[in-house]
Amino acid sequence: MDFLTIVQVLDSTIRLSTPLLLACLAGLFSERAGIFDIGLEGKMLAAAFFSAAVAAVTGSVWLGLAAGTLASLVLSALHGLASITFRGNQLISGVAINFLASGITVLIAQDWFSQGGRTPSLMGGARFEGLEFPFAIGPSDAEAAGSTVSQLIADAGPVQQVYSELLSGHSVLVYLAFLAVPASWWVLYRTRFGLRLRAVGENPAAVDTAGVSVVGLRFAAVAICGVLCGIAGAYLATALQAGFVKEMTAGRGYIALAALIFAKWRPWHAMFACVLFGFLQAIALRYQAVRLGDFTIPVQVMDALPYILVVVILAGLVGKATPPRAGGEPYVKER
Amino acid sequence: MDVMPKWAEVVLVPLISLLLAAILSALVILGIGEDPVAAVTLMVDGALGSTYGWGYTLYYATNFMFTGLAVAVAFHARLFNIGGEGQAMLGGLGVAIACLYVPWPHWSLALIAATISAGIFGAAWAALPAWLQAKRGSHIVITTIMFNFIAAAVLNYMLVTAMRPEGAMDPATERFAPAMHLPTLHELLAPLGIEFSKAAPANISLLVALAACVLVWVLIWRTRLGYEIRAYGHSENGARYAGISPVRITMIAMLISGGLAGMMAINNVMGEAERLVLNATEGAGFIGIAVALMGRSHPFGVFLASILFGFLYQGGAELALWTNIPRELIVVIQALVILFTGALDNMVRLPLERLFLALRRPTTTPQGK
Repeated sequence: MDFLTIVQVLDSTIRLSTPLLLACLAGLFSERAGIFDIGLEGKMLAAAFFSAAVAAVTGSVWLGLAAGTLASLVLSALHGLASITFRGNQLISGVAINFLASGITVLIAQDWFSQGGRTPSLMGGARFEGLEFPFAIGPSDAEAAGSTVSQLIADAGPVQQVYSELLSGHSVLVYLAFLAVPASWWVLYRTRFGLRLRAVGENPAAVDTAGVSVVGLRFAAVAICGVLCGIAGAYLATALQAGFVKEMTAGRGYIALAALIFAKWRPWHAMFACVLFGFLQAIALRYQAVRLGDFTIPVQVMDALPYILVVVILAGLVGKATPPRAGGEPYVKER
Repeated sequence: MDVMPKWAEVVLVPLISLLLAAILSALVILGIGEDPVAAVTLMVDGALGSTYGWGYTLYYATNFMFTGLAVAVAFHARLFNIGGEGQAMLGGLGVAIACLYVPWPHWSLALIAATISAGIFGAAWAALPAWLQAKRGSHIVITTIMFNFIAAAVLNYMLVTAMRPEGAMDPATERFAPAMHLPTLHELLAPLGIEFSKAAPANISLLVALAACVLVWVLIWRTRLGYEIRAYGHSENGARYAGISPVRITMIAMLISGGLAGMMAINNVMGEAERLVLNATEGAGFIGIAVALMGRSHPFGVFLASILFGFLYQGGAELALWTNIPRELIVVIQALVILFTGALDNMVRLPLERLFLALRRPTTTPQGK
């Protein structure tokens, strides 16, 4: 394996960990406020569909992003209604949201586009293009040299390879996702809102006694979760791929949840966990069958590897993961 | 304190939830430009209008009884088993191994062996998540979801590589021997002089599923183990104080749950396809969640909810065949049922409780004075 291959695998690691990271931070805000959310998957899926559908119809990817975020927020509001207002079971609500998204996206896609539950392929302004850094090799250089970008990068030196392939050329949402990590850290640990949000996940009664609305805080957290899931879904359909296909989230919401547990509900650790899972997906994508001497690891093992790793991690190889103390418990004000 | 009479709790709350889910589903059908009344007529006609329709309805209901009971048993121990889908896939593997590699002389022996094998495979697939929950506190919801994905990969590997007959293109095992053929309802009812559609896949597994309903009822409400499971589900601390081991109950409840989910395979793999194919479960493991919630985790409730979902499934297939409404409509209805009967339970319950309190007040206050 030469240097360029490593850079390329790391490059797709970044692309593939972006949706995981956004979803993971979404879950972080929700669960830190005491609302378990296994509906990340459904919210991403709904956002993926509505962003792709609106982008396909209007030709504007930004309108698509807005529509996807809105769709995700609607599902978040539903989750809030069920688990905060009506104090229902948060896990069951999440399962319902996942099914709702999985059914309704195909239903509407079939009604609007009649292409077997997918949206038309997105082109031009309906997709997020890669951001080209200054001095990085991009499509314009390739045109000038009469060659392809991959050829130019292959001929370049290692530093330029890392710069052009790994750092430059991602869509704006990728940089946004990685910037969201310090931002989340700052909000959670350096602002009054963050302190209250964490407190409401540990001891809502104390927050209530201090005169701060538990319901308001939890709804705020669930809304942040909705926005982040919306961006994650829009990234899947309008940046990573060009359009929506049925069940395109493919369990990413659950992997993000597992990364969250792995990270013990902390933003920086969440980033490392998501990059790890992204790396596994990148390997599985690139090497359909990995050969070790005479023995070939079947492709199915590579497909299942992230899920197996999640189980191994959950089995406690990372020490005890303690969720926020009031997580999953509806808050009942004393009368 | 019982605010509501028992009948309201058991009948009224689920019915109102179901009604809300139905109204929203009708709105969804309207939203995609179809006529809900025509859709319902078509569904009733297709699912219940002929013995052929009933044969499919009951076939699907059989699947859902097994997976619904599986979720229900785990619910009693306050464990949320989302892994029914994976456990049912592995159950299929169990059935295929029992039917392919042993030359059973008669279908009845094969059925017994296949049921046991399917149960063991399903239970084995639930064992590791259960053990991790009991011993290491790894959340069973996440681990069972992961095991669904891993089960799909295992099945894919087995069917593509190990169990596919030589020269065959599609990833499936070869057909089971004719001796393994389970009697369909047509063959069972013909000696009694009852006409039943020959083409429908409903088969003797239905009777096994009904027996499973009765056995689960006996287990949960008439045995010491069932009492321990319920006690643990109501209060872990209380159960521990009474000398009930949380590890033991978690393991046993999940093994029973996984076993029941696995046994679904005698219906879809042995009874219908008569070979193991990819995606044999068709999401039945997930529908078990809706069925268990709808049926309030009671075997009789699970039975009724299974029939309802069997109707929805067959009706939905008819809709997809004759109209522009895709099969995914059923997933939406399933989601709405889970939402209203599970998560938004209080939305229905609280106003009802208030209503019953208001109705009761005039009669009780004068007596008190």
